[in-house]
Formats: sequence, structure tokens, C-alpha cells
Amino acid sequence: MTMFEAILLTVATAATPLLIAALGELVVERSGVLNLGVEGMMIMGAVCGFAAAQQTGSAWIGMFAGILAGAASSLLFGFLTLTLVTNQVATGLALTLLGLGASAMIGETFVGLPGVKMESLYIPFLTDLPYVGKFLFGQDPIFYISILLTIGVTWFLFKTRAGLTLRAVGDNHTSAHALGVPVVRIRYLAVLFGGACAGLAGAQLSLVYVPQWVENMTAGRGWIALALVVFASWRPWRIFAGAYLFGAVSIGQLHAQALGIGIPSQFMSSLPYLATIIVLVLISRNKRLTLMNTPTSLGKPFVPDR
Amino acid sequence: MMRIEIVKRPQHSALFSALSPFIALLLTLIAGAVLFSILGKNPVSALYSYFIEPLTEVWSIHELLIKAAPLILIAVGLSVCFLSNNWNIGAEGQLIAGGIAGSILPVVFPDFQGWYVLPLMLLLSMAGGMAYATIPAYLKVRFNTNEILTSLMLVYVAQLFLDWLVRGPWRNPQGYNFPETVQFNESAILPAIWAESGRAHWGFILALIAAVIVWFMLSRTLNGFEIKVLGRSARAGRFAGFSAGKLTFFAFLISGALAGLAGIAEVSGAVGQLRTSISPGYGFTAIIVAFLGRLNPLGIIAAGLVLALSYLGGEAAQISLGISEKSARIFQGIILFFVLASDTLIYYRIRIVSRLSDTALKGA
Repeated sequence: MTMFEAILLTVATAATPLLIAALGELVVERSGVLNLGVEGMMIMGAVCGFAAAQQTGSAWIGMFAGILAGAASSLLFGFLTLTLVTNQVATGLALTLLGLGASAMIGETFVGLPGVKMESLYIPFLTDLPYVGKFLFGQDPIFYISILLTIGVTWFLFKTRAGLTLRAVGDNHTSAHALGVPVVRIRYLAVLFGGACAGLAGAQLSLVYVPQWVENMTAGRGWIALALVVFASWRPWRIFAGAYLFGAVSIGQLHAQALGIGIPSQFMSSLPYLATIIVLVLISRNKRLTLMNTPTSLGKPFVPDR
Repeated sequence: MMRIEIVKRPQHSALFSALSPFIALLLTLIAGAVLFSILGKNPVSALYSYFIEPLTEVWSIHELLIKAAPLILIAVGLSVCFLSNNWNIGAEGQLIAGGIAGSILPVVFPDFQGWYVLPLMLLLSMAGGMAYATIPAYLKVRFNTNEILTSLMLVYVAQLFLDWLVRGPWRNPQGYNFPETVQFNESAILPAIWAESGRAHWGFILALIAAVIVWFMLSRTLNGFEIKVLGRSARAGRFAGFSAGKLTFFAFLISGALAGLAGIAEVSGAVGQLRTSISPGYGFTAIIVAFLGRLNPLGIIAAGLVLALSYLGGEAAQISLGISEKSARIFQGIILFFVLASDTLIYYRIRIVSRLSDTALKGA
């Protein structure tokens, strides 16, 4: 395996959780709901995915446990913000705090235990192709899911009637409601999808990226995923580009640390966070462009009049 | 089948406005009892060691005040932010910035001693917290950048910077390579309130003073009125001639200063030196405190004590019952959920409708 290929692979592994979580949040925000609990749902996915895989010995069961954990956490958020119409920002923060706390407690007995790593794909001949073989045909299943999700979410949002309805709900919930669209039900489904994606992204961390459980192992990735949605101005393919850009930054700084170029490791480690801030500033400075793309009902409470 | 429906009240309910924090606490206790039963512990003794035991000893009441001090300081600042619709969730980073800035004198100039050292440290810590909070405020006002994400990203940056500082240039040369700075000299230590009985320091008094001042500002001055108007409706605020940009800076500067103060109070009052980690997430727990206190500085004093109790309760439950002290963080998260849910009762009437009567209604 060449150096080029190895770097490409690690970038993909670092980008995949960001991509999946951000795609989920994209659908949520397109329906007009702002769920700031991505970090919390992701860490629940990571810990439950790890625990289930560790107990059963099957990475696949772990993956599904992660998805379920993320979806279950998002249901809590959905009940509060959609049924009880609580403040979405505050409720999302609550979900993140609860997720970080609950995962620390659930994971306490799993610290230091060896995990179950998800097997990578191997197709004779194809995987052995030079340069691109491993990247295209030799990665873990969640990588392929992330690519399918990118295509699927694009298709769903822009090519299907259901996607159009979801976007209409996000842009004007009052009109959608007047037209007889079940606003709250659609938002529940969107929130559940976002939670499942965040859970899957978390499971990728604890089953593929570093197959072990470490407290707070998401390390802000849920927040970076939220930033990616803004960066992508709510478009799936731009999320893909953004996720790989961030994957490249975080892997690049690791390689630079390994080369020992004399810059303290802590400064290199803060690069992904600083890059997030810089990218957000660059994107949001054009106020008109941001306003044009933001779902108009994003974060606003909706109470159906009866 | 049952369905929950909410109906907007014509006027918000003063009764539930006062009751909602208590409803939330009661629900949290019930949820806690259920949680402990699932874990196979006796819920009564678990709740006892969580919420009563820490209050039975003098030393642990001191510990309670130590933990409540940073929570109240930060939450009071956050109340100004949240009321004005500025979502500063990077208080943890501002706390670290304040802790670092306030430690410059005792770490870099340990020979500089005298009564004036401590006041200077407090001022420096506030300046440090303010400077760090200015970044998200400036980006929001100038570039329209989401302050939630920027302020949060800066927490990670601050943690990494502190880690570098304490392992690198500020490490105690005589410290056997431990990642710690030198011990602060006598004049750089925030004194105990009542040294004979325990180690609670003046940070708690500072927190009470800050709460009363901010309460006065919010409820009795034009500035406070401006904060509430702009927070409820940016449009109405603009018509009244209030500037949202100026207010954003004001809110972030106040909360940054108070978080910075919390940082130095923790470093110089509770620990006595700078370490790689100076807070068990006070900046985030303070968000819960602010909401439980209904964004009212006086309510926040009480809420800060409750959340501080949960930290101590976690430790007590671990020792006496073998429940992980991390259960405290679950409690804290659950409290916020219940607070938000109970707040719904203030503005809405909740009806539980059964599907049966619903269809009967439609049939008629």
C-alpha cells in the first residue's frame, strides 16, 4: 500500500462520521427543526455500539445498537420540542449534556476493554488494484453506507414528493399545515432519521475509527457536523465536500505531529476547531446568501391551531 | 391510544411560572428513584445519600459552597446572554481563559507579593474571560456567524492551550515533571470565608455579590429592560432604538467576565495552582443552573446550590452505595429536560386526548 493510498484511506475514515451525522442533521434542519444534540446522540451511539459489539462479538449488532441508541435519544428531543414545544436550542443542549453524562456512566465498565473492529471489504482483484483499489473496494461497510446516504438524501430531498413536502414544512410550517400536511409527524420522522444517523456516526467511531471506548470520544465532532450543515448551506453534496475537507485537516495535523515539525501537538490538535470557526465566518459573512438558503422556519416553535 | 395536545394560554400562567422549577425537581427525584431501582439499589437510601447526606456535615457544606461558587457566577452571566437571545455556550472556555490570565502574576512573577496581588488577579481573570468572549461576540456582530458554534469550538481551543501551557512553559521546574504550575504564594490565594470550620473561599461571596448586582441591573434599570425587549423581539427592540449589536457585546462581556472570575476563584481558591484541567465542566453545568433558576439571578443562587449538591451527592453515592459518581451528570441532564418540559406549562395548557373521544368527536 502506498503512502498516498494510506492517507486517502485515513481521510475517508475521519470524514465518514462527520458526513453521516451532518447528513442526518441536514434532513432535520430542512424540516425546520434545529437539533443541537448531535454530539449527545453521537456519543450515545458510540457507547451503545461499542457495548453491544463487545458483548455479542458482532460489529454488525454493535452498529445497529448505535443506530437505535441515536434514534432513541432523538425521540426524547422530539417529544420535548415537537409535542411540548420547548425551546429547540436549549433542548438540544440538554440532549448533549445528558448524552455525554449517560454515555460516561454506561461506558464506565468498558473503559480499556478491547473492542470489535468492523471488517473491511475485500474483493479479490478489485481491492488489489493500484492506487484506488483499497479506497474504492477495500473499506469498512459504514463508508459505503455514508456514500449511499449522500446519494439517497440528495435524491430524497430534491427528486421525491416526500422530500418536497419536508422542505415545504421547513420553509413555512403555517402554510404547510393549512394545506393539510402533517407538520409535526414529518418533523418527528426527520428528527428520528437525524438521530439514527448521529448514532451510526458514533458507532463508526467506536467500531471502525478507534475500536475502543473512551469517555468523550466524539471530541466535538457532533458540533463540527452541525457547522458543516451551515458551511454546506443545507446542500448534501457540499456536506460531502466539507466532511472530506475536515477529514483532511484532522489527518493532516496528525501527520504533521508525527513528522515532528516543532509546533506543539496541542496547537496542531486545535486546528480542526479553528478551521471550523474560520470556515463558518467565511460562509456566514455573506448575509444575503445565508438567509436565502436557511430553511425559513428553522428553530421556530410550531403549535397547530385547531 | 392517547395523544398529548397543547393549547396556548391567553396569558402566561403566574402560578406555573413560580412552580415550574419545583415540578422539575420533583420529577427529577422520581426519575432518579426509578433509575436507582433499575440499577438494583434501594432508591430511598440512594436519594438520601445524594441529596441529604452531603448536608449533614459542616465540611461538606463548605464543599457545597466551593462548587456552587463557579456555577452561580457563570450562570448569572449566562442569564444576561440567554435573556437577550445570545447563545453563549462557551463559558467553559472563558473560565479557562480567566483562570490562565489570573494566574499570570503568581506563576510568572511569584516574587511579586502584597495585598494588591489578589485584586489584580481578579481583574486580570475578568479581562481574560472578557477578551475570550469577545471573539464569538465580534464574529456574530461583524460577520453574522453563529455564536453557538464559535463559542463552543473555542472551548476545545482553550482546553488545548491550557494543556500546552501547564505541560510546557508554565510547568513547575521542581515539580517532578507533573503537569502542574508552582503552588501560588500566600498573597495569591483567595482566602477562606471562615477558615476555622472549612475551606469554602470568597468565591461564593463574589458569586452572591454578582448575582445581586446583575439582578438589580436586569429588574431595575433601562439596560435590563433593553435586554429583555431585544431578547423577546429584535424588531420591537430596533423600533425602540436599541442596538442588538451593542447588546451582544454587552452580554458576552458580562458573561465572559463572570466566567473568568469563576476560573480564578477555582484556581486560586479551591486548588492553589494551575493544572491541565481546572473545571469538571462547570461552564456547561451552569447552563442548567441558569435555566433552573429561570434566568433570574436570585433564582440562580438557589439553583447553583442544587446543582452543586448533585456533584457532592454523586461522590457520596459512590462511596456509600457503589453507584458511579458519573450518575450525577445524568441527574444534571435530566433536570434540564424536566425544567424545559415544565416551562411548557407556563405558556400552554396540556390536554391528554384519547383517540376514542377524538374519533367520536369527528363522527359527530
